[in-house]
Amino acid sequence: MSERLTKSAARNIFYGGTIFFLVIFFGLTLHSHNYMLNESTNMDELTPSVVAGKHIWERHSCVNCHTILGEGAYFAPELGNVWVRYGGKEDPEGARDMLKAWMAAQPSGIEGRRQMPQFNLTDQELDELVDFLKWTSEIDTQNWPPNEAG
Amino acid sequence: MKYQSQKVALYYIYGALTLFAAQILLGVVAGTVYVFPNLLSEVLPFNIIRMIHTNALIVWLLMGYFGAAYYLLPEECETEIYSPKLAIIQFWLFMFAAGAAVVGYIFGIHEGREFLEQPLWIKVLIVIVALMFLFNATMTLLKGRKTAISNVLMVALWFVALLFLFAFYNPSNLAVDKMYWWYVVHLWVEGVWELIMASILAFLMIKMTGIDREVIEKWLYVMVSLSLFSGILGTGHHYLWIGTPGYWQWIGNVFSTLEVVPFFSMVVFCFYMVWKGGRDHPNKAALLWSLGCAVMAFFGAGVWGFMHTLSSVNYYTHGTQITAAHGHLAFYGAYVMLNLAIFTYALPYLRGREPYNQQLNMWGFWITTSAMAFMTFTLTFAGVVQTHLQRVLGMSYMEVQDQIALFYWMRLGSGVVVLIGVTMIIWSLVVVPRSAARVTTGVRQPAE
Repeated sequence: MSERLTKSAARNIFYGGTIFFLVIFFGLTLHSHNYMLNESTNMDELTPSVVAGKHIWERHSCVNCHTILGEGAYFAPELGNVWVRYGGKEDPEGARDMLKAWMAAQPSGIEGRRQMPQFNLTDQELDELVDFLKWTSEIDTQNWPPNEAG
Repeated sequence: MKYQSQKVALYYIYGALTLFAAQILLGVVAGTVYVFPNLLSEVLPFNIIRMIHTNALIVWLLMGYFGAAYYLLPEECETEIYSPKLAIIQFWLFMFAAGAAVVGYIFGIHEGREFLEQPLWIKVLIVIVALMFLFNATMTLLKGRKTAISNVLMVALWFVALLFLFAFYNPSNLAVDKMYWWYVVHLWVEGVWELIMASILAFLMIKMTGIDREVIEKWLYVMVSLSLFSGILGTGHHYLWIGTPGYWQWIGNVFSTLEVVPFFSMVVFCFYMVWKGGRDHPNKAALLWSLGCAVMAFFGAGVWGFMHTLSSVNYYTHGTQITAAHGHLAFYGAYVMLNLAIFTYALPYLRGREPYNQQLNMWGFWITTSAMAFMTFTLTFAGVVQTHLQRVLGMSYMEVQDQIALFYWMRLGSGVVVLIGVTMIIWSLVVVPRSAARVTTGVRQPAE
């Protein structure tokens, strides 16, 4: 390494540069925070039911099998757009009934097929979970995923 | 071992190896469920298996860092640890928290966010453990010599604790939740953990190559600068499709491409130091792990990370088996191998013996590393096929999974080989020296 770069100079570059990049990063995330609240997500529709649905999603750690917006485990289908995949845009009632019926029918018990546990959710909880998935599908994700398969 | 208080590192090394074994066992179980999906489905569902697999990994790596810090701080600071007793209490508290979390998970008690599943009271306990460590280690640093290695290590561990505080923030807006979730996850593994990695490697290079400290510490500052200058804004590659603004695509593309550079610099650093030092250090296994760590981190984190980081590529590969492939090799290469390097280096000194049983340890290195590489290849092929069928052709998720079943068989095979390799490593570090010590009490045997 060049003799011109002394250890104390390298140290100062490290600490100074880190502070510089952290400030930019915090600034951009602050801007993104506001962007999410005002532009990309629908805060008006973030109802108590959607919030309750998010907690149900967490309580049963759905994310350790499924992905949501591509993040999570890769053992089960993407659910960020499951509402769209089930035709919720055209027929909201039909999609809701299908999603609820799907969860009620688990586990399938079919040999050689991945099993989803039975979480014994009440009808209200099922509605809340569906509300959460519907709300999530309406986040502006720069057109991700590429198609309905998720 | 020059300082008595370094002995506390033994608790952390053994604790870490215990959780390492649990992590690998659960990994093999998860790999088995992929090919026999009905296995355990009622008793221990996949989400719980995966939770234990990932949490055990994170906790044992952290435990290893604490152990490494307690081992190297006295030598760097040229003073005893401020309070060895506090370090032991801290260890048992951490081990208790880890055990309680795992038992809780089995009974379905968790907070459910990926990697941050620990129930609130365990998160609080982790913060207390971190504070105990930071107090103890900082007091040690303050009363002794301050070197670049100890400074960088402590800055990193302070940030590990500070960033963990974002784990307590769980906004009801999923998009906002995800953005701050990455403050913990990305800024740990692609930020401050790289500082821990560089400083521990620098310590090992000083000890094993005999190169002048001035040279090594200058390199250290350059490597950690490269890590954070690329890694902080490199977070942008996670802010592509979660409701964040479009400008993150450009920021992510540029800075996460640069994230390869610090890993490459660590490869150059380690090989250059070993070549230039030309010293014949007796602990061949520790040297192998150090060099292996730099190389595999470059491939796992650097190359496999770059492979799917550009937004135009990631648009199709995001959340497929490509991500799983990268995750496995990056964690193994960078952080698992780093811990095994410092364990292999420190244990002979902590046990008061010459480097022992290098052969078994090095066989473990080659078997585990080859199997991890093979696992990464199988998952990469699975991911490429999945990306094409699902993201390009639009075939449904479960149909695609049937198409790539063969890769899951090969992944399970490599997982079993990893288990064998890890058993050899743990055996060489823990079991063999114990019986060897008993034999050598009478007659001194030559070191292997």
